[in-house]
Amino acid sequence: MGDAIAVRGLVVNRGGRRVLDGIDAAVPRGSVTGLLGPSGSGKTTLMRAVVGVQVIAAGTVTVLGQPAGAAQLRHRIGYLTQAPSVYADLTVRENAHYFAALHGRGRAEADRAVADVGLADAAHQLVGTLSGGQRSRASLACALVGEPELVVLDEPTVGQDPVLRADLWARFHELAAAGTTLLVSSHVMDEAARCDRLLLIREGRLVADDTPDAIRAAAGVDDLDEAFLRLIRAGESGPAGREAS
Amino acid sequence: MNPRILSATVGRILRQLRHDRRTVALLVVVPTVLLTLVYYMYNDQPTPPGQPSAFDQIALVMLGFFPFIIMFLVTSIAMLRERTTGTLERLLTTPLAKADLLFGYGIAFGLAGAVQAGVASAVAYWVFGLNTAGSSGLVIMIAVLNAVLAVALGLLCSAFARTEFQAVQFMPVVVAPQLLLCGLFVPRDQMAGWLQAISDVLPLSYAVEALQEVGAHTEPTATMWRDVVVVAGAAVLALLLAAATLRRRSS
Ligand SMILES: Nc1ncnc2c1ncn2[C@@H]1O[C@H](COP(=O)(O)OP(=O)(O)O)[C@@H](O)[C@H]1O
Ligand SMILES: [Mg+2]
Repeated sequence: MGDAIAVRGLVVNRGGRRVLDGIDAAVPRGSVTGLLGPSGSGKTTLMRAVVGVQVIAAGTVTVLGQPAGAAQLRHRIGYLTQAPSVYADLTVRENAHYFAALHGRGRAEADRAVADVGLADAAHQLVGTLSGGQRSRASLACALVGEPELVVLDEPTVGQDPVLRADLWARFHELAAAGTTLLVSSHVMDEAARCDRLLLIREGRLVADDTPDAIRAAAGVDDLDEAFLRLIRAGESGPAGREAS
Repeated sequence: MNPRILSATVGRILRQLRHDRRTVALLVVVPTVLLTLVYYMYNDQPTPPGQPSAFDQIALVMLGFFPFIIMFLVTSIAMLRERTTGTLERLLTTPLAKADLLFGYGIAFGLAGAVQAGVASAVAYWVFGLNTAGSSGLVIMIAVLNAVLAVALGLLCSAFARTEFQAVQFMPVVVAPQLLLCGLFVPRDQMAGWLQAISDVLPLSYAVEALQEVGAHTEPTATMWRDVVVVAGAAVLALLLAAATLRRRSS
């Protein structure tokens, strides 16, 4: 069984600037892969390329064995955009029902997806009246409701309280254990340790693609934050470093 | 297109509208208020013998204007919101086809336009005694067609707006010239040649002519059917152009 996502030589320009500069990466099936990097490093752009809404300048993105953006893939992926993309003038439940219907799922599945993100009590509330964290969970419910094989989540845990955050990560691992592939972005390093694999991206280039343990071992430190710092420094001073020129 | 997805989309758009009670109230009440205004404005105007009264002429055309103006505004704002809040980007990663979304809007706001036209026509005929030689059913049909045309134009124009302020500005650009040149204020055959030429390519001119045909003839005329076909064709063309502006991939 091949990788869920295979990216080869991906180059993306946005607003006249090179935003992704030759990314090679793979995401294995049935795992939680973290896409980590500072704000503006290109995480959202890479995710957009994976779900097939980003115009790319060069390279290939293969998703579940097909070119990213292929029509047949749309039944098989769920995408959570960074800004919550749900209808503010509908209730949580109505939003979930709609996105469920798009994926051929019924109301029972939609209600379960709402309960799974801890919004059962707010199901009849208009999304526009929810708190920021609740709103992004409503959006998450709509990404998960079709039970997609690949879930691409752009900063799903921002603004959530620590308990909920732990719940959500537990849920992600449940899904992975059941065979779902998850690509989850974050700009906070303390979430990195929760992932099976990590992609670290900085200024449009991949700095690391490995398991958290292997990254710790390679950098010779236990703290992932510190490990990333060392990898970045090593990359900059090494022969491949761009900033050195 | 997929019937399940299309009907879910129509339902979703109507549900959004239903949650906005004030907009629904305005959709229904405003035409009545304006018709009342027109009624009293022209109440005391003498009518030349053998001609329809000024109220009959104006109210008839206004029944076509309301859905056109209102549905254009409602659609361009709704579609702009889909673009700016990211729901459009997300929808385009789901099995929804572009046609499901465009026809979803056409059907949902076409239905809203039908309700609006129905209420406004009922008031015009029963309260203010509007007189048309042809049937009120044809008047409503043309008004609904106007609503669908306006939805199609709204979907298209929303692609050229970045903000809701800009979207609102398309209303004077797209709607006002059509109102001015449609033949209500100055009969089309009395306009300067170049104005007539512009009027000839504006779809609302045909909608107004169709309404005037219903006003003047007991049976539907060939001119009316031709006008109806032109308006429907313009709506289809605008929908196709709107589909071309919907790109799954963006930079
Ligand atoms: N719509 C856009 N037009 C032009 N540049 C953009 C656009 N969106 C993002 N960018 C730029 O692309 C770079 C990467 O952005 P993004 O992928 O959103 O990063 P991240 O998600 O890691 O914060 C940033 O420099 C950002 O300014
Ligand atoms: Mg981002």
